[in-house]
Amino acid sequence: MKPVSFRYFAPRSVDEAIDLLAEHGEEGKILAGGQSLVPAMNFRLARPASLIDINRIDALDYVREDGGQLRIGALARHARFETPVARGVLAAFLPRVARHIGHLPIRCRGTFCGSIAHADPASEWCLVATTLNAELAIMSRRGRRNVRPNEYFAGALTTTLQPDELLAEIRLGLLDDSWRTGFAEFSRRAGDYALAMAAAVLRLEDGRIVDARLGVGGAADRPSRIAAAEALLTGSDGGPDIVREAGNIAAEAIEPLEDIHASTVYRRDLVRAMVRRALNQALTR
Amino acid sequence: MSEKQDVTFTVNGDKRTIRVEPRRSLADALREDCGLTGTHLGCEHGVCGACTVLVDDQPVRSCLMFAVQADGARVRTVEGLAAGGKLHPLQQAFWDHHGLQCGFCTPGFLMLAAGILERDPNIAEPELREALSANLCRCTGYQNILKSVLAAAFEMRR
Repeated sequence: MKPVSFRYFAPRSVDEAIDLLAEHGEEGKILAGGQSLVPAMNFRLARPASLIDINRIDALDYVREDGGQLRIGALARHARFETPVARGVLAAFLPRVARHIGHLPIRCRGTFCGSIAHADPASEWCLVATTLNAELAIMSRRGRRNVRPNEYFAGALTTTLQPDELLAEIRLGLLDDSWRTGFAEFSRRAGDYALAMAAAVLRLEDGRIVDARLGVGGAADRPSRIAAAEALLTGSDGGPDIVREAGNIAAEAIEPLEDIHASTVYRRDLVRAMVRRALNQALTR
Repeated sequence: MSEKQDVTFTVNGDKRTIRVEPRRSLADALREDCGLTGTHLGCEHGVCGACTVLVDDQPVRSCLMFAVQADGARVRTVEGLAAGGKLHPLQQAFWDHHGLQCGFCTPGFLMLAAGILERDPNIAEPELREALSANLCRCTGYQNILKSVLAAAFEMRR
């Protein structure tokens, strides 16, 4: 249970970090919170020859509102989202998600961007980023690029992030008071990996849903939006029949993982239930 | 083997400099290089919480942090809880309320609880139960650990 030897770098600036990545990218790895990478290294499933530790780059440690967006720097840790990071609907939504992430000591180290870079199918933040169509700001010595989740998540623990690239910032669009949110997750034990989860973000006008974003995670190899259910919800009053049908659509739409934790049939059932719970939460607030 | 590096940090108020390989975990550094064997290692992959210590007042799994990352940090371990021959209120409460049996998980639980109560001295029982679920204990069934931490919290608020 000891990692293989590696070279250790602790850059103080983003420029220094992306220079190191350009130099060591194929053999190297960014170390942020380390709550997924270090266990994998201890098991020797991951054997990076170089670690580029970004924990000493103060410039990456921020969460701030700017230009209608919540900007989350690469060092913002999960625990920071346990209480609202700002005012407004989005800032109130994130604590309800954050409490499902691992346990307190894990939340004190692990980072929002690190979760997105790791792309575990059971990651709450990956689901949030997908549901809210986050902008992912990526940097390398080759330049900067911004991508959306649908062109980023490529499968379990697999993304389109290149070895020389740093996921520097996540941007979530702020939600005004006409939006309602809901989040539901099922795992067998507190803090355990989710077997299924759902996020619902709805805009209401005069009691009708005028915009719907529904995301499902934990059940398939990557989080996804359920377009057919969003279409059903939009224009409706979000009544019990609609909510029930949205759950059915989501359960059929996904391609569930099958592993020792849950069969595909069970995962579809969980998705159905989580979607209904998330929608009901959003609609009753 | 990659080169050893100097790490200078404060452990329970004492400044120490150790020389370690980058792959040395903080847990191993505390045990092997500082001689502080109160921090226990259970799973070594961040599940059991036996190795929980406070780094700059935050509870962390010391098996998931490299010692080199703690350079300049303030680390507190179970050895730093008692002061002047007197048990810390948490330790006394674990004794009084049978918060331990074999004792293997106890240092981790004590440091986790210390971290929790420093964040929120008035933490309510349901939230405390949730927070304590971070660590594993195979003896007590957790109920007495919960009881102990609640008693200590009460004592520390007085």
